[in-house]
Amino acid sequence: MSQSRLFRIWDSDVMWSFRHSPVAIVAAVVALTIILAAALAPWVAPHNPFDPSSLNLMDGFSRPMQPNEFTGNTYLMGTDNQGRDILSTILYGARISLFVGFAAVGFAMVLGIGLGLIAGFRGGWVDNLLMRIADVQLSFPSILIALLIFGIARGFIPPGMRDQMAIWVLIVSIGLSDWVQFARVVRGATMVEKNKEYIQAARVIGVHPARIAITHILPNVMGPVLVIATIGLALAIISEATLSFLGVGVPPTQPSLGTLIRVGQQYLFSGEWWILLFPALTLLALSLSVNLLGDWLRDALNPRLR
Amino acid sequence: MDKPLLQVQGLTRRFDVSKPWLNRVIEREDRAFLTAAADVTFEINKGETFALVGESGSGKSTIAKMLVGLVRPSAGRIIFDGNDLTAASAPEMRRLRSRFQMIFQDPFASLNPRWRVGRIIAEPMRTFGTASGADVGREVGRLLDTVGLSAADAAKYPHEFSGGQRQRIAIARALSSRPEFIVCDEPTSALDVSVQAQILNLMRDLQDELGLTYLFISHDLSVVRHMASRIGVLYLGRLVEVSGGKELFRAPQHPYTRMLLDAVPDLAMSGQRRTPVTGEIPNPIDPPPGCAFHPRCPLVMDRCRVEMPPPVPTPGGMSACFAAPLVGAEAGVDQPATV
Repeated sequence: MSQSRLFRIWDSDVMWSFRHSPVAIVAAVVALTIILAAALAPWVAPHNPFDPSSLNLMDGFSRPMQPNEFTGNTYLMGTDNQGRDILSTILYGARISLFVGFAAVGFAMVLGIGLGLIAGFRGGWVDNLLMRIADVQLSFPSILIALLIFGIARGFIPPGMRDQMAIWVLIVSIGLSDWVQFARVVRGATMVEKNKEYIQAARVIGVHPARIAITHILPNVMGPVLVIATIGLALAIISEATLSFLGVGVPPTQPSLGTLIRVGQQYLFSGEWWILLFPALTLLALSLSVNLLGDWLRDALNPRLR
Repeated sequence: MDKPLLQVQGLTRRFDVSKPWLNRVIEREDRAFLTAAADVTFEINKGETFALVGESGSGKSTIAKMLVGLVRPSAGRIIFDGNDLTAASAPEMRRLRSRFQMIFQDPFASLNPRWRVGRIIAEPMRTFGTASGADVGREVGRLLDTVGLSAADAAKYPHEFSGGQRQRIAIARALSSRPEFIVCDEPTSALDVSVQAQILNLMRDLQDELGLTYLFISHDLSVVRHMASRIGVLYLGRLVEVSGGKELFRAPQHPYTRMLLDAVPDLAMSGQRRTPVTGEIPNPIDPPPGCAFHPRCPLVMDRCRVEMPPPVPTPGGMSACFAAPLVGAEAGVDQPATV
């Protein structure tokens, strides 16, 4: 009883499994490093790539780790055509990618959990309607759904607002294309939980159904949701990169990792490989580590694998 | 002990177990209904323990769920202390709900695993507003003490307790709204035999102390004998016999009751000839015509296959059998009083 809360968390089953999984530790370190570096980009980045006054066109196309032939400046990951430091653009880009990823997953989670709870708890025609919508949506690739929503939304936004709104439209489109996973899992778990006797006990007392759903069922279905949310984060980051790569994502003034990769691939065949490679490697490391964390979490929370 | 606290009149519940509409159309089938409880009538007096016994599928749990409002009756009335629960308005129902509670069968499923014990026990108090602020904690501690746990257990989670301790927590929760009537749906069937007696004794002590009225549902006749002041025997959703607790064991009136009693393992009965339990409970979707028990009944007559036997008053209550007096006379001869 006298143990601190922190110690109890450290001592829990999940943390035990974490300490004994080298893959999870490495993945967590990589993911946290990228997330922290991105979040602190204005302080840790060597340059501000979006401040034109700090840029020197003569620095353009510097090779990584080699002094520039005109200015003599050395850049860890080289520079792009305008002389922007690739490392700095990656940090700023990862910031946008992560923001979009977290926000989209958060949006999908709220929507999916809410609709899943309603479908599972109410049952009947509400359940049928919601799950048929989910089925139809699942039969399309989610990137197609996101593209569609993105296109429609842009049609409603006045042209002057488009660049400002783009990032929010992107979050909503990725979120809307991703809620189905959450809704299905929550619905299934809800249908199991709602027939348990502790729910009946609450109903005998006359607790309001909405209150039962939120205070009794929700905490008991959050385990699997956490797992999908982690894997969903990796997917959302990739979705954002894909959309930006296709040129429909964030505006060029706020380049994300996907935008950087799109810009970089134009120079690939002229020999400036670093402009493409480093953003691509960052995206790979980020999504892989988050995905591995999600895999580990799924195993750690699965009582049958303990 | 004179005024009935609960009256159940003609309580019936049918479940729609039809296939989906499209299947019915294609396969040319009619709607199918399962009658879980049919025309069940009984009374429970204040302060007594009324037990419902029967095999699996006899409708015991459905009746319990109808009484506490978890399942809506298809027909019939439930009158609790003069108030008709089937016709009560929402605010009236809310007021009445605090006066009856339920204890469930499985103590591993009946407590929310993510809630601390204190919060679980306090839920009825908070819902009915019977306690607030610091009173809640004090009251939870008192209830834990009443059921034989310690007040410090309120800070623990349900998984830190054994089955018997969990059932004590469930009892504390049931008591927390200060009810008069508790429906106990097989409260000991998920527990070890050694723990069963502890829980049953606790329930009896609480009854004496708080003047509680129990509806006790069980398939275990030895448990029922320990607890019940009156017993109703269910077969396929119908009450076939109601009798005083002692009378039922001494002089069973209905042939089905006799068959159940013969199946109880009992040292005093060893060496004696028994009538083995034969057959199984029929499919409630398609019950046999006439008396539902006739395919298994040793005393079956032609009349039983056609007519439904009406309840006939007996010394201890009632019995729904054409041959009932005959069974009683016979049972009185060769069955010694074992209570």
